[in-house]
Amino acid sequence: MTVVLNQSFTGVGIGAVLLLVALGLTLTFGQMGVINMAHGEFIMAGAYTAYVLQRSVDGTGLSLLLALPPAFLVAGTIGALLEWLLVRRLYARPLDTLLVTWGVSLMLQQLARDVFGAPNVQTRAPDLLTGNVSVAGVTLAANRLAILGLALLSVLALTLVLRLTPLGRRIRAVVQNRDLAEVSGIATERVDRTTFFIGSGLAGVAGVALTLVGPIGPTMGTNYIVDAFLVVVVGGIGQLKGSVITAFALGVLQSVLEYSTTVSVAKVAVLVAIVAFLQWRPQGLYTLRTRSLA
Amino acid sequence: MLEIDAVHAGYDRTTVLHGVSVAVPEGGVAAVLGHNGAGKSTLLRVAMGLLRPRSGTVLLDGEDITRLAPHRRVARGMAYVPQGQQCFPHLTTAENLRLVADGRVNGRRAVAEVLDLFPVLRELSGRRAGLLSGGQRQQLAIARALITRPRLLLLDEPTEGIQPSVVADIEETILALAGRHGLSVLLVEQHVGFALRAAQRYHVLEAGRVTSSGAGGTAAERTVREALSV
Repeated sequence: MTVVLNQSFTGVGIGAVLLLVALGLTLTFGQMGVINMAHGEFIMAGAYTAYVLQRSVDGTGLSLLLALPPAFLVAGTIGALLEWLLVRRLYARPLDTLLVTWGVSLMLQQLARDVFGAPNVQTRAPDLLTGNVSVAGVTLAANRLAILGLALLSVLALTLVLRLTPLGRRIRAVVQNRDLAEVSGIATERVDRTTFFIGSGLAGVAGVALTLVGPIGPTMGTNYIVDAFLVVVVGGIGQLKGSVITAFALGVLQSVLEYSTTVSVAKVAVLVAIVAFLQWRPQGLYTLRTRSLA
Repeated sequence: MLEIDAVHAGYDRTTVLHGVSVAVPEGGVAAVLGHNGAGKSTLLRVAMGLLRPRSGTVLLDGEDITRLAPHRRVARGMAYVPQGQQCFPHLTTAENLRLVADGRVNGRRAVAEVLDLFPVLRELSGRRAGLLSGGQRQQLAIARALITRPRLLLLDEPTEGIQPSVVADIEETILALAGRHGLSVLLVEQHVGFALRAAQRYHVLEAGRVTSSGAGGTAAERTVREALSV
């Protein structure tokens, strides 16, 4: 029983990481339809922001928490810049966008290599997050718990912004009917850039979280980019709720399979499961449905 | 108020408008009549800035706005109700209106005013706009356009595809709006009778050209019907 619980929690931990890295994509890919291959490098930008901040401010782990807002800003700004320079010229041309952003991704990786060196670096976690927490005989890694908390907080914040703020209304309106939004007096291009800023900024937040569980390196983003896209596709394009469920489901599935087999076999099995699922439900877990679109 | 002058426009290789000129007088109503495919909607898209004309100009209060983005035209007092009862389907009725009112001076009051004009929307405020009937969605569309307190309203076949019981309501509202002080209207229609009742001036559009124009009013009905049946 304890083994099952421990293993499920490991899965929830993996799920939380998946959710964090995919959350920004639910906006830029899910809502706007942009296949941004450089999303992983926004994660990297967030992670390096935490690293730089920790080195220049202090050595204590607490600065990781302080790094969240700057990481959001740094990654968000790079994202908004990318949107302004390239992506906005390529809307409705998904294949070109894919190639261009992939090129940008490689350039950003090289930039990181030039600035920070090729070897991986690390941040120091706050003492609070280094140990384990025991709850009813189940051992929970504190850093995983922190990531879970951050993931849930980010989902909550994003949901509230989209549901309740004027900006959220504008973002949803532009996605649903761009021309109508424009002729209603909404500056749709500015909304695009803001949406991209938030989506990229969330990748930066994910980057800070990832420094708790792994090293920081120029190619760290590539490890997550495919998984992030998978979460959004399986969850159903444009559906936050679908991505949340998918992230945790894939995480638990991965960890259970890892326990009974090996890491690589588990990875393959999860991918096979995703392919089978998409054969059965190509539109993903959740889809948008209304009378007007039926 | 609005002058569309010698506009050529189209999509890709097809040209839809071949040098169309239409003017909307200050505070007046101009109607553009024509069959399907004559280029009526394209003309409104050019007027609103959704489609850039290949040549020709669009003037608002004498100022050239041909290359101005649509949302900037809204800021200058234009509003547009496109064809097909368009709305934001996954936003509630209330959100559809608040969205436009956000950040505007007296935005809340503007919402209250349009809800007084279309009381049915008040009862539907929590419902997703995509679930409304065609007639309700058209009322929402007109309400949405009025929130910006326009000086010039562009209407694209406002009663097309709407259940007959609601058509009379909408026509009455439009006639009332047309009589409002300081509101000019460019009305695109297939229903000759209604359009001429509302308009001071009409233009018949055929295959992308204005083939006849004249003073509005019911007296012109026969001439227009003959022009259209050719």
